Parts: sequence; structure tokens; C-alpha cells
Amino acid sequence: MSAGLKPSRQWLITLPSLAWLVVFFVIPAILVILTAFRPTDLQGGVGAGWTLETLREVQDPAYLPILWRTLWLGGLTTLVCLALALPMAFQMARVGERMRQVLLLLIVIPFLSNFLIRIFAWKSLLHPEGPLTKLLIGLHLIPENAILLNHVGTVLLVLVYTQLPFAILPLYAAAEKFDFGLLDAARDLGAGPWRAFAKVFIPGVGRGIISAAVMVFVCCLGQYVIPQMVGGASDEMLGNKIAQRVFSDRNLPHASALAGGLMLAVLVPMLVVAFWQRFGRKEAA
Amino acid sequence: MKRSWVPALITFGVILFLFAPLVVLVVNSFNASRFGGEWEGFTWNWYEKLWAAGEVWESLWITLKIAVSASLAAMALGTLAAYALHRFRSGLQNVHHMLVTLPLVMPDILMGMSLLALFVLTGVETGLLTIWIAHVTFCLSFVTMVVLGRLQDFDFTLLDAARDLGATQAKAVKKVLLPLLLPGVLAGGLLAFTLSIDDYVITFFVSGPGTTTLPLRVASMMKTSRSMPMINALSTLLIASTFIFAALSSRLQRRA
Repeated sequence: MSAGLKPSRQWLITLPSLAWLVVFFVIPAILVILTAFRPTDLQGGVGAGWTLETLREVQDPAYLPILWRTLWLGGLTTLVCLALALPMAFQMARVGERMRQVLLLLIVIPFLSNFLIRIFAWKSLLHPEGPLTKLLIGLHLIPENAILLNHVGTVLLVLVYTQLPFAILPLYAAAEKFDFGLLDAARDLGAGPWRAFAKVFIPGVGRGIISAAVMVFVCCLGQYVIPQMVGGASDEMLGNKIAQRVFSDRNLPHASALAGGLMLAVLVPMLVVAFWQRFGRKEAA
Repeated sequence: MKRSWVPALITFGVILFLFAPLVVLVVNSFNASRFGGEWEGFTWNWYEKLWAAGEVWESLWITLKIAVSASLAAMALGTLAAYALHRFRSGLQNVHHMLVTLPLVMPDILMGMSLLALFVLTGVETGLLTIWIAHVTFCLSFVTMVVLGRLQDFDFTLLDAARDLGATQAKAVKKVLLPLLLPGVLAGGLLAFTLSIDDYVITFFVSGPGTTTLPLRVASMMKTSRSMPMINALSTLLIASTFIFAALSSRLQRRA
């Protein structure tokens, strides 16, 4: 094999996937941002010419509470997921190989089962005639006429439920590489179990925490099915507005402006993390 | 030194939290009570109703057609992508790697929205083809990651050995690399298949008339409380098949 042929062979092997991703991932993403600057037409398509009108429409103050709700629901979901996933990753990394495989499978199965079914499961569990409502009323924990569905708390609960595996898996991957001898050393030097966990284990899996947090937070930002199915009318997130603009109003430029904003909001923190990790790797080397 | 029991307790609690809703769903699919508030006796009724619901099976057929063809395409593209990423170190591969990983973290709604924008602006009518394109796009990255993991364990000196023994490059790839890589490719394909069957959000954006896939069908059934017990039955069947696929996939990935 001559050196001159190598680059062309590389291109030949890389081209199919690269071309596919450019055509169906990069170009569409750019198109969304461009569409935000196009006028609408009555058929629900995109008109000719360019305009800044849509950008003015998107600055509607009515979006502020929705944006704020999207951010705090995402942030709170991330915190709850980390709080549950950290001790879990810790535990999984310490048990024997067999138990570990079983636990992994137990986490992956709900994760792989249909997203809608998992939401539906909560919907029927929390239904006014459903088992959980009946149980809680029976135990006198909630009033007779309490409604568990259609509440912002329900949205949070189901968000945590669907995002938990996204937090557990990267944290487990980090915890698996963690040297647990350090923890014993900290304990030997007089640290209590909590102190050792907080001061040695948590910094030790720091990178896993960052990837888990970014993963969960970013996924939450784009949610719309969960608030639509288990939330009330006033629990909408940004995603609901995007879907409404596309399917109810048939206003593609307006939806694109919202989606484009969300896309930038998602890409910027991710690029920051990517650069941070690259920088961190160099530092370690 | 005594280990704290708190992490074990939380682990147990989380597993319970993850499974409780699914278990209730499965139990209720055999419950004669419509809302499943209490147990009113065992019944096959909901499964019989589901069996008679022709539109559900029609949707399943559409879903399977898309899932099989999309995962096959994603397997081919993803395997090539993984090979390129593993074999070459260059600026091109850095860009390639970034493009492969970005769809993994892109929220579904944005992927659906941007593909819809592409199809609307280029005048492609939404339907089976657009759903297939969307599914190949998001499955591609997952297959690439699984195969890449597998390639990292592959001993490339085996290829050199084959070449030394007189095999051509093509023959060495076909007779040595592919058979050893096959479990990884199949595991990636199974993952792609599962993801394709389950996808709702992206499909919703790029579907057209007459292409109601199973998740789209479930979503429209969820709007009427009359069909709720039937969804329980359907969900039970889907969870059972996910269980089988997950077990198969993890077996394939583990076998060295």
C-alpha cells in the first residue's frame, strides 16, 4: 500500500456515514436556524424572501414563564437524578460481578422499554381510579378528592423516572474505574462514611457527574410529551410550544425560531464540556 | 470497617421505583377492572380485544418494516463509520467523531424538527421514506458506538497474519475481521431495532398519512380512556419483547 493511496481509502470508508450525517443532521440543523428568518405562507410552509418578523414574535413575554419552567424543571430533575444515581453507582461498583450484571440489566430494561408506555404506566398508576390514588386515600395520606395527575409535580416525577438511567449509566461507568482503596484510606485516617463519600468519592467521579448532568439536563430541555400527557394546561415546557407551532398553528418559521434557540442553548454547554474534557485530558497526560 | 447500608437501600429503592409502574401495568393487563384500582378477577379479555383490533396490527407491521430496514442500513453505515474512526487518526476523523456523537445528545424534538424543516423545504412528501431516513440517522450513532467498543478489543495483528499467509486485503477483512466483529455488529443492530420500534417524538414529526407506527398508534389510543386496558395488554407484550431483546443483545456483547 503506497502512502499516496492512504488518504483516498480513508475517504472511501468515511464517506458513507459522513455524507449521511452531513445531509440528514448538519444541513437540517442549519436549515432550522435559517427558517427562523423566513416568512410563513398560508399552507403551513415557508414563504419566499427573508424577514426578522419571527424573531420579534418570539420575544413575546408570554414565553418567559415557559422558558423559566423548562429551566427549573430541567435543573431540578438533574439534581434529583444525581442524588439518586450517585449512591446507586457507588453501590453497583462495589458489589460482585454477577450482581453487577443483574443490576445493569434491571436498569437497562425499563430504559429500553417504550417511552410512551412508561409515561402511560404513570398515567394509569396516578389515575383518580388507579391503584396509587386508592392506596393513598385508604391510608389517609391524601384527601378523598385529591388529584395526582395534571400537576407540575407529576411532570417532575415522570421526568425523573424517564431520565434516571441517563444519570446512572455514565456515573456507573465512572464509579467502576474509581479506586475504592482511596475510600478505605480516608476512613482509616478518621473520616466518617459521609465525609469520605463527599470528599473522596464525589470528586473521584467528577467527570461522570458532569456527563450525567449534561445528558439529563439537555434531554429535559427538549421534553414535550411528558408535560402533555401527565401535566396540566399550565405546566407546558418549551417543547410543547414548538410542537404546537408546528402541528396546530402550522407556523414553521416560528417553530424554527424556538427550536433554533433551544439548539444553541443545547450545543453551547456541550461544546464547553467537550473542550473542557479535551483540555482536562491534556492536563492529565 | 462497617460499610454503610444507605447506598444499598437507595439502590433497592431506585430499582423498585423503576419497576413498580411496569409491574402494575402488567398485572392490570389481566385485571377485569377497567381502571385497575382494585383486583376484580383474572381475565384474557383485554388481550382478546387487542387481538381483534386490526389497526394495531397494521401499525405493528409498518413499525417492523421500518425497524428492520432502518437497522440494516444503520448496521452497514455504522460498522463502516466505526472502522474508519478506529483505523485512522486525522482531522477528518475528529470531525467524523463529533458528527457521530452529536445525535446521541441532541434532544429528539430538535432532530424531528430539523428533519421536518429539511423535508418541507426540499418538497419531499412525508411518509415511509422520511421515517426510514430519520430512523437510520439516529440509529447510526448508536450502532457506531457499539461496534467501536467491539473494535477496541480486536487484535489487528490477526489481519496482518492473514495477509502474511497469502490472503488478499478483501479476503482478510471478509474471513477474519467480519466474523470476529459480527457479534458487535448484531448487538448494535438489535439496539437500533429496539430504538426504532420505540421512537415516538422524531417519527411524529416526519410521519405522513398512512404511516401510523405503533408508538403513534399507542399515543392516539392514550387519548381515549376506553382503550386504556388494551394499552396495558399491548404494553405487556412490548415489555416482554424488550426483555428478550435486551437479554439477547447483552449476550452478544459479552461473548468474546
